[in-house]
Amino acid sequence: MGKAKIATTSLAGCFGCHMSLLDIDERILELIELVDFDKSPIDDIKTFSGRCLVGLVEGGCCNEENVEVLKSFREHCEILISFGDCAIMGGIPAMRNTIPLQECLDEAYINGPTVYNPSGEVPNDPEIPLLLNRVYPAHEVVRIDYHLPGCPPPADTIWEALVALLSNKPLDLPYELIKYD
Amino acid sequence: MSETFTFVIDDKEIEGCFGQTILEAAEEAGVYIPRLCHLKGLTPFGSCRVCTCMVNGRAMAACTQPAAPGMIVENASERVTEIRKSLVEMLFVEGNHFCMFCERSGDCELQGLAYRFGIAAPRYPYLFPERDLDASHDDIFIDRNRCVLCGRCVRASREKDGKHVFGFVGRGPAKRVQVNAEAALAETKVAVTDEAVAACPVGAILKKRTAYRVPVGERRYDHEPIGSDIEKRRTAAAE
Repeated sequence: MGKAKIATTSLAGCFGCHMSLLDIDERILELIELVDFDKSPIDDIKTFSGRCLVGLVEGGCCNEENVEVLKSFREHCEILISFGDCAIMGGIPAMRNTIPLQECLDEAYINGPTVYNPSGEVPNDPEIPLLLNRVYPAHEVVRIDYHLPGCPPPADTIWEALVALLSNKPLDLPYELIKYD
Repeated sequence: MSETFTFVIDDKEIEGCFGQTILEAAEEAGVYIPRLCHLKGLTPFGSCRVCTCMVNGRAMAACTQPAAPGMIVENASERVTEIRKSLVEMLFVEGNHFCMFCERSGDCELQGLAYRFGIAAPRYPYLFPERDLDASHDDIFIDRNRCVLCGRCVRASREKDGKHVFGFVGRGPAKRVQVNAEAALAETKVAVTDEAVAACPVGAILKKRTAYRVPVGERRYDHEPIGSDIEKRRTAAAE
């Protein structure tokens, strides 16, 4: 039997959660014994090579590309985990959720105090993914099996969760590993 | 107040006296009943319902319900915890609780409850309501994004400070804490030393220039769940 496959992605996040994943330090050698990384920024594989056991999703959905990637993670992964506060509640990107999208774009490209934009144009190239009306937590777009909160989730939280899932044990995090900051 | 009686919380016999609420009698006996809008010394309010217990089979708020002889109270059971969990989850989705940058994180009673209940994510959709922030005062600000409408500032200002600085306006989703002035907090009689400021369980009313003083790892709820201090009294008494 081959090793289990794991995929990761960062949607509307800052990659901090991936940094926290790397923060498991030398245990990453043990992790490599247990799993192969599939589509992930860690090995820079861009497309799924097949079904994965675990998918780790950082960040919520702020644009149509995020939604597409998230849906393909749901299709390809047996167990989908949203890790980090952005995936769980939208996080810092969701601070725009109380402001209409047009106002956000105007502030960023036209009215902001440091903006230099003589043409007054707002980027609108078909190559640029369209922004959604607001930022959505991952579980409001697809079904998510587990949530690991934190900004970022502590490395030990990610480690405990992965080890439990890979060894078919129930995921029962101790008090100190559930933190929202 | 001297006459005592017994009642039962989760199969444990608890001593209470007339005039005490279930929550007060439990606390004295070292049994923690989770709460948010309750603050010792203020008139019980019963708005958050986090202290909901099954009393003789009916859901009741332990902070307002007087203890009575022979009562059977269900506190730590799975179904009661489930009710409280969903209440806390609702409080999270109906406000804008960005714990990652909140000055109160680690010391916040709402967050402390969520940690205690092991909530990884709320089951309800986030509302992202539009709320405002009043930083007009020199020493205090009020961020309504984080307000849970517990009314602790309202009661503390009225009962402790004798100032009536805060009050509720609006109903339903439009309900919010308003200040006793035409425009803003700066025009009220509120002072940084007021009980009303200290009474806020979350990061809604905060003192300026005091943020992030306690390092991560040393904050109130970093290692021990909210309510541990009360529960320790029971263990200490048993020894």
